[in-house]
Amino acid sequence: MLSVPLVVLLGQVVLGLINGAFYAVLSLGLAIIFGMLNVINFAHGAFYMLGAFVCWLLLTHVGLGYWPALVVVPLVVGAVGVVVERVFLSRLAGIDHLYGLLFTFGLALALEGGFIFVFGAAGNPYPVPDALRGIVRLGPLILPLYRFWVITASIIVCLAVWLLIEKTRLGALLRAATENPRLVTAFGVNVPLLVTLTYGACVGLAGFAGVLAAPIYQVSPTMGSNLIIIVFAVVVIGGLGSIGGSIVTGLALGVIEGLTKVFYPAGSTIVIFLVMVLVLMLRPAGLFGRET
Amino acid sequence: MTDAPAPAARPRRLDVRDLHAWYGESHVVHGATFHVDRGEIVTLLGRNGAGKTTTMRALAGVVRTRKGSAHLDGHDLLATPPHRVARTGLGYVPEERGIFASLSVAENLLLPPVVRPGGVSLAEIHALFPNLKGRDRTQGTRLSGGEQQMLAIARVLRTGADFILLDEPTEGLAPVIVEEIAHALGALKARGLTILLVEQNIRFALAAADRHYVVEQGRVVDEFDNTTLRTDRARIDAYLGV
Ligand SMILES: Nc1ncnc2c1ncn2[C@@H]1O[C@H](COP(=O)(O)OP(=O)(O)O)[C@@H](O)[C@H]1O
Ligand SMILES: [Mg+2]
Repeated sequence: MLSVPLVVLLGQVVLGLINGAFYAVLSLGLAIIFGMLNVINFAHGAFYMLGAFVCWLLLTHVGLGYWPALVVVPLVVGAVGVVVERVFLSRLAGIDHLYGLLFTFGLALALEGGFIFVFGAAGNPYPVPDALRGIVRLGPLILPLYRFWVITASIIVCLAVWLLIEKTRLGALLRAATENPRLVTAFGVNVPLLVTLTYGACVGLAGFAGVLAAPIYQVSPTMGSNLIIIVFAVVVIGGLGSIGGSIVTGLALGVIEGLTKVFYPAGSTIVIFLVMVLVLMLRPAGLFGRET
Repeated sequence: MTDAPAPAARPRRLDVRDLHAWYGESHVVHGATFHVDRGEIVTLLGRNGAGKTTTMRALAGVVRTRKGSAHLDGHDLLATPPHRVARTGLGYVPEERGIFASLSVAENLLLPPVVRPGGVSLAEIHALFPNLKGRDRTQGTRLSGGEQQMLAIARVLRTGADFILLDEPTEGLAPVIVEEIAHALGALKARGLTILLVEQNIRFALAAADRHYVVEQGRVVDEFDNTTLRTDRARIDAYLGV
């Protein structure tokens, strides 16, 4: 625990960034959904799992490979999200948001249970696409190319979403509708439609993360629920409702987790929750949340 | 359209009859009847809590539980889905101004979709409200109260809305700013816009508007023209309790 070689340290930082990349993409979507719908989307992990499964099914049953899946899967998962919002969540809008939470929690259990029933609980391997086999050297570091790709793709997607929300007209509409949906409606904007599409897009983003995850982790029905608990801690630490905050927090916590593995491996599974407790004690609104 | 006196010089734009509105169970507007003709500025006067703001919210579709009838240029406002009301040409400037904190001044200004051609251009807006010039990147809610009011008005003018609901634009503002807003209203009237104005400040109402309705407990109980309002102060003071 004393003198850790720099390369090992850097290696863990990079590995931590991979987990952090998933935390960032998922907590980003959660934060946006919470802002627009006032719903804590417990089904987010299930949509991530759905993304990985659809990706795997496309390969095994349709012969559709990784690259097309990267585009098709988010669209499929997003479409499922649109239906879920239209048929269920939109009817829960305006009542206590406990109902939204209960509904999405139930949906997550149902999806997970349904996939276990049909496909069994065991994991299914998904091959790394040919173009992303091999390794990259970053100075003294050697990293599988695929993991490098996951970090890069996630960060690019996060930045793109952030730019979309902070710098475009569509983003301004989303921010305004988050603040005062009735006034934005009175200005002539179909806010319910905007809400539906936002939910679909954020859930599609979770599906995208599922595709990225498929070659790294086993594609299994429980992969979402394992991850989502941590992602919720990330959201609490970053502060609900802050887009930039959830990206930074996600990446940072992945790194903290990675470093803990070097210095105190047994603590790596709980370090994020320790950070959460600390943050809740010192800044209950989260690191990037607005104090009210 | 409606049964306006036969060859009316000004066609009727807003026609409200027996309008009722509720917040949940609480019945706030109790059968308001009034009208606004093309090019007019008409005020709703009345004490705090009389239901003026609620009347405006009901017309703008912000309050959804309503009965009675309200037509703008023949469009049935109560039957129009809330996100389509703006397309009838109605621009809503709420009492609380509704400037978005997470949007810059420019984003606030450009937020409402353009509903018809002929809106006030950005150059004209900056001529009308010089305070807004050069403030594009400022956070909307960092503006002073008066500037936020200007922004709230400018925001709906840009969309081409030509019937403006303006709820207490001078509330809590310094006299200099009130004057600027009065001047802007004059310019808008000259452009042919029609305005329904809620006002507590009688002097401002006199200077800005053509006709005045008095609202009490959710009903329109009296109507004044400018001459009566000027000469019969006792009558209006009795309503407003000043
Ligand atoms: N959001 C609301 N929910 C319930 N009651 C309200 C709400 N807003 C206003 N009221 C009540 O409705 C009545 C009319 O209010 P309002 O229309 O704001 O009056 P005014 O604009 O004439 O001062 C008041 O008694 C007020 O307390
Ligand atoms: Mg009012």
